[in-house]
Amino acid sequence: MRDKPQILAALLVFVGLFTFPLWHGRTSKASPTAPDIKLPAQEKQCVAPLSYMRNSHMELLVNWREEVVRNDQRQFTAYNGKVYDKSLTRTCLMQCHTNKAEFCDRCHSYAGVSGPYCWECHNEAPLTARSKP
Amino acid sequence: MFMFEKAFVGGRRYWLWLLCLAGIILAGFLCYLLQLTYGLAITGLSRDVTWGLYIAQFTFFVGVAASAVRVVLPCDLHDYKQFGRITILGEFLAVGAVTMCMLFVFVDMGQPSRVLNVLRYPTPWSLMFWDFISLGGYLLLNAVISLVTLGSKRQGVSPPRWIKPIIILSIPWAISIHTVTAFLYSGLPGRTFWMSAVLAPRFLASAFASGPALLILLCLVLRKVAGFDAGREAVQKLSLIVTYAMVINVFLVLMEFFTVFYSHIPEHMEHFQYLFVGLDGNYHLVPWMWLSALLSVFALVLLLVPKWRHSPRLLPMACVFVFASLWLDKGLGLIVGGFTPSPLGAVTTYTPTLPEATIVLGVWAIGALMITVFYKITLSVREAN
Amino acid sequence: MKITRKDFLLCSGLGLAAVLAKRAVSAVSGSVGTAAPAKAAKHWGLVIDLQKCRKEAGCVDCIKACNVAHNIPQIQDPAHEVKWIWNQPFESAFAFEQTDYARQAYAGHPIPLLCNHCANPPCVRVCPTQATWKREDDGIVMMDWHRCIGCRYCMAACPYGSRSFNWQDPRPAIASPNPDFPTRTKGVVEKCNFCEERLARGRGPACVEACPENALVFGDLADPDAEARKLLRARFGLQREPELGTGPSVYYLV
Repeated sequence: MRDKPQILAALLVFVGLFTFPLWHGRTSKASPTAPDIKLPAQEKQCVAPLSYMRNSHMELLVNWREEVVRNDQRQFTAYNGKVYDKSLTRTCLMQCHTNKAEFCDRCHSYAGVSGPYCWECHNEAPLTARSKP
Repeated sequence: MFMFEKAFVGGRRYWLWLLCLAGIILAGFLCYLLQLTYGLAITGLSRDVTWGLYIAQFTFFVGVAASAVRVVLPCDLHDYKQFGRITILGEFLAVGAVTMCMLFVFVDMGQPSRVLNVLRYPTPWSLMFWDFISLGGYLLLNAVISLVTLGSKRQGVSPPRWIKPIIILSIPWAISIHTVTAFLYSGLPGRTFWMSAVLAPRFLASAFASGPALLILLCLVLRKVAGFDAGREAVQKLSLIVTYAMVINVFLVLMEFFTVFYSHIPEHMEHFQYLFVGLDGNYHLVPWMWLSALLSVFALVLLLVPKWRHSPRLLPMACVFVFASLWLDKGLGLIVGGFTPSPLGAVTTYTPTLPEATIVLGVWAIGALMITVFYKITLSVREAN
Repeated sequence: MKITRKDFLLCSGLGLAAVLAKRAVSAVSGSVGTAAPAKAAKHWGLVIDLQKCRKEAGCVDCIKACNVAHNIPQIQDPAHEVKWIWNQPFESAFAFEQTDYARQAYAGHPIPLLCNHCANPPCVRVCPTQATWKREDDGIVMMDWHRCIGCRYCMAACPYGSRSFNWQDPRPAIASPNPDFPTRTKGVVEKCNFCEERLARGRGPACVEACPENALVFGDLADPDAEARKLLRARFGLQREPELGTGPSVYYLV
């Protein structure tokens, strides 16, 4: 091969670019900190175990959505026996995670999650703006 | 296999044309982004007139797509070889037209990202579900047929045997796509303008008039720019099809007028009154509908006299009249007339806005681009042989 | 391509494990029957007493209550307006049921119109995704705003003009949002839902509770002892366009 040096050089550059995500983080000075999320003050127990919620809270919410909207099943019995109302705004936000920006958004922006457009319809109104039930 | 490399070889006029189309497509795309951002409020649609130019174009071009088989039918079923040269042009026209239809439906959706819900949650009692299936299937059928027949031609062999049943299938499928589209309208209890058993036959008749008319015009354009001769016999036969279809179409429309005005039922008359003489001081569509009527009369006169139908100067004019008349009638009058007056008697004007019209032009340009590229490939293959 | 028996068993085993894992997760988020005293009926219906309704001229209390309860955007342009319950002059509400001399008593009077929650709804028949459906146990014609693709076929199918489309983002037109109910987003169709979310919590529809004259009577049309049925036995009730066979659940007592 006549162009061996050029080809090898280009190949190296390509491999470097291709594996960029693998080595970039390790060599840079600043280590990424975990998102600083504000946990609820009183409640220590979520509607499901922490590990499940971390991985699959969207699955839970989609399940709730189908059950409430299409089957009129509004009561959720959690793993610890407590009964909750299947509602993102009324249960999750109003009772525990009252500040969406300091809880939900922090992890979402850290993880680069922008997909679910729930907030285009569902309210994130803080506790102070609660209306008559 | 797709022979696209043939589309890259062309003269200055060809590239200029493609450039123009690309510009229009870009403009349409930008306007569509606007619509995605702000919603369908940027169109002229309203709570009363909920479907307009987009769905009207969909309805019209489904007819064009369906009528492509009108050319296939004689050739493949009855060995009418005169159509041999233009069958493939008809197939490609169908592919382009069906793509435009699906794009028009897509741009009309309020939540386009969810459009696959139609497949995720199949609903066999909904005509729109069947429309989705039939259009998608028709696109697939015609794409396969055109590619295989053109590929065989390029290699100088006759098409493989298995393509024959697929071609046969495309014929009833073509009738079905337009019947299903008519069923979208003719089964709605609140819309008396559309609630007519004759709507589906009317759709088919106007389809078989407008589609071949467009095909004739395309053949004449190809003769001018590429020296392609479709053959006098083929063009004459197509013009005869247009004539018969146009006669039946006008006849069916007159039938509608009779039932509505002789029965004198206000609920039925009001839509026709709005379109042709105005209602409640609103004359918005009246000139357009009369233009459509006049064009169809001129077209019929030119087509029914054999000397004029065979004239190379008058036939294109007749075809343009047919196409324009049916576009106004089916592409505008049908949809808006069905919604006006509303179930509560309101007469709301529908005027397409500039962004809306630009999106429509963009989709037309996509269809034109597809057809240009396909025809270029076809002609190159033909020349090579 | 050959596949060995061992590979096949491995694949099936993995597949089965995946399915069971999904089931286990669904069980975690499983549902139980309702504990709250929800209102139930076999066929919810609304009887509107027009004589009581026209007592106070210009009254729009039912409309205002609905707007607040459901975050209905107040859009000025009538082409893009969204309304679940509204007033319409008698002549256009019952357009072809009037004659030149009969019912002059109601000439010009506003009639509250809303979704009729038909027993045989054409909108449900045409929806390609089942984003609107009739609830079998109580007859309410429901809307799923998560599934709606915004094709507006249901709006074309409704013979009553009961449905509205969100031509634009509704939030700017909502003055003070009620956090108890979601807003909707642009691109979906909406209509009166007989306050099914309030019924689930044991309350009546907002319009019914807001009417100062108690002109709106909501009840189970399938229950002969319900107040709604008693009213329909005592007085003549109009439906809108009954000849279409849609079976409206909203009656107007003249």
